[in-house]
Amino acid sequence: MHLHEEKVKELEEMANKVRQSIIEMLVEAGSGHSAGSLGMADIFTALYFHILQHDPKNPDWEARDRLLLSNGHICPVQYAAMAHAGYFPVKELKTLRKLGTRLQGHPHRITLPGMETSSGPLGSGLSQAVGMAIACRMDNKKNWIYCLTSDGEHDAGQTWEAAMMAGREKLYNLIQIMDRNNIQIDGNTEDVMPLEPLREKYEAFGWHVLEIDGHNFEAIVGAVEEGKAIFEKPTLIIAHTIPGKGVSFMERRFEWHGNPPGKGPEDVVPKARQGVEALNELRTLGGKIKSEHQ
Amino acid sequence: MPLNKNAKLTDDVLDLSKVAQAPTRDGFGNGLAKEGEKNSNIVVLCADLSESTRSLWFQKKFPDRFLECGVAEQNMASVASGMAAMGKIPFISSYAMFSPGRNWEQIRTTICYNRQNVKIGGAHAGVSVGPDGATHQAIEDIAIMRVIPNMTVLVPADSVEAEKATIAAARINGPVYVRFAREKTPIFTTLDTPFEVGRAEVFWDSEKPEVALISCGPMVHNAVLAADMLEKEGISSRVINLHTIKPMDEKEITRAAKDAGAIVTVEEHQIMGGLGSAIAEVLAKNYPTPMEFMGIQDRFGESGEPNELIEYFGLMPKDIVEAAKRVIKRKK
Repeated sequence: MHLHEEKVKELEEMANKVRQSIIEMLVEAGSGHSAGSLGMADIFTALYFHILQHDPKNPDWEARDRLLLSNGHICPVQYAAMAHAGYFPVKELKTLRKLGTRLQGHPHRITLPGMETSSGPLGSGLSQAVGMAIACRMDNKKNWIYCLTSDGEHDAGQTWEAAMMAGREKLYNLIQIMDRNNIQIDGNTEDVMPLEPLREKYEAFGWHVLEIDGHNFEAIVGAVEEGKAIFEKPTLIIAHTIPGKGVSFMERRFEWHGNPPGKGPEDVVPKARQGVEALNELRTLGGKIKSEHQ
Repeated sequence: MPLNKNAKLTDDVLDLSKVAQAPTRDGFGNGLAKEGEKNSNIVVLCADLSESTRSLWFQKKFPDRFLECGVAEQNMASVASGMAAMGKIPFISSYAMFSPGRNWEQIRTTICYNRQNVKIGGAHAGVSVGPDGATHQAIEDIAIMRVIPNMTVLVPADSVEAEKATIAAARINGPVYVRFAREKTPIFTTLDTPFEVGRAEVFWDSEKPEVALISCGPMVHNAVLAADMLEKEGISSRVINLHTIKPMDEKEITRAAKDAGAIVTVEEHQIMGGLGSAIAEVLAKNYPTPMEFMGIQDRFGESGEPNELIEYFGLMPKDIVEAAKRVIKRKK
């Protein structure tokens, strides 16, 4: 899949805006998950600004593709992408985690139009995506079902129950994108609970598996296109991402999994200006946040 | 005879030698098969227990709308949530111990918090499961279901009412839990017995009752037998079939407390958090009344024949009679 250079540039710049919004909302909220949100900014941007069939002004449109976020704690990135796509005003992002907000610390389907499911308790998103894909097939509906999962939530047995069923059902209309950022709250995934070999496990369960650089728009879009072209299996795209991507002091550090800028993890001295530093860095980088920039 | 005529119970309700018997789970199977005919959006999911939950009766008629989930109740609950999001009306079925026992959080988050139109059929609830023993006897399910916002909780008294409850659940837009039992129990309601979700039904109605016996599920029949025994001893009573634990018919329960001044609750469930607790919550607020709580007293079940277990756990009509006398003595 070849994307026009201008399109790639446009997506890269939008992803940077999404990242800046993530930092701004987390600083304002004073709590929340930084690393995973930043790491998935490129994939969410690709989805909301290029891949998805959707209409932000008509979030209940029947024919829309369904995007389910299973690891709900990275919702700041989804909120930011949705706001920039036009689902709600960008300024509403500042209400994150505050009393009365539609943007709870973990997503709530009922209050936020366009949010396909509530999530937070890990491991149940893929099951819901499987249910949607089966229901679509029963009625011969053409919607694509996208499910975003994390590597860490693959500790949960339910994810594998869903993976098994998706394989048995040969759900061609289901594409899972796994955020393979190698971190979870208590440490690196392979230290907490080894997940590898992920590719072979999923292949054994009857999935078509692709591995990509999760910060490369051509790779993201190309993998989704390939997933759509595979008609006999569900597709898993293992997206290798850098947690904290774009903010150098956060990158690749599991300690930033559950902390906002300014409140750093316990072994990091909290700095009041960390949020400003992060924003300054992102502004300097512009559309140049690629895996190579490191 | 103080049997409430309007309840249109069977003529042989008081005669255990004559009354026909069937398990309430049969009503689930029949209800699914009948309503499935009328509404093509109904789909049924099962976790490797389709024969004993009777979901097989639906599968035979509508194989394309049946989804075998294997022994994976957590996945089943969330798959159902996803299907409901696309317009289906999924019924998930297993033993109550596993669904909602094992998949409570998935029911809470992906079904109730999402307000998805999923129905949960919990089979083999109560100690009357029998020989399978305590691991398979769900006696906590009413408590864990009624505590979740957006959930409706139904506990039908016999197989006829179970069919009505299943059909009613399909027609409610929102999550519903319906509780079923394994063992054959008396069929004492009829097609003409009123059934409306959220409305308690008076089955026995002596003049000037001294005590009200409130029950749900097959235990309602034991309550009716107990009322008959009390009547013969000159003690008048009222029996209420509280098939809907949530939303609670507060008006009818409060009226019973005011009229009788003493309450006995009877359930095949832990006394903590079940029918009795739900009634106590209402009465403590509206009309504090002495109560006796009959059920499983904070312990696990046992292996045994169903009737042995009901006797062992003190839920026979004679036990209800004793509880009624105790609570009447406590009246001020």
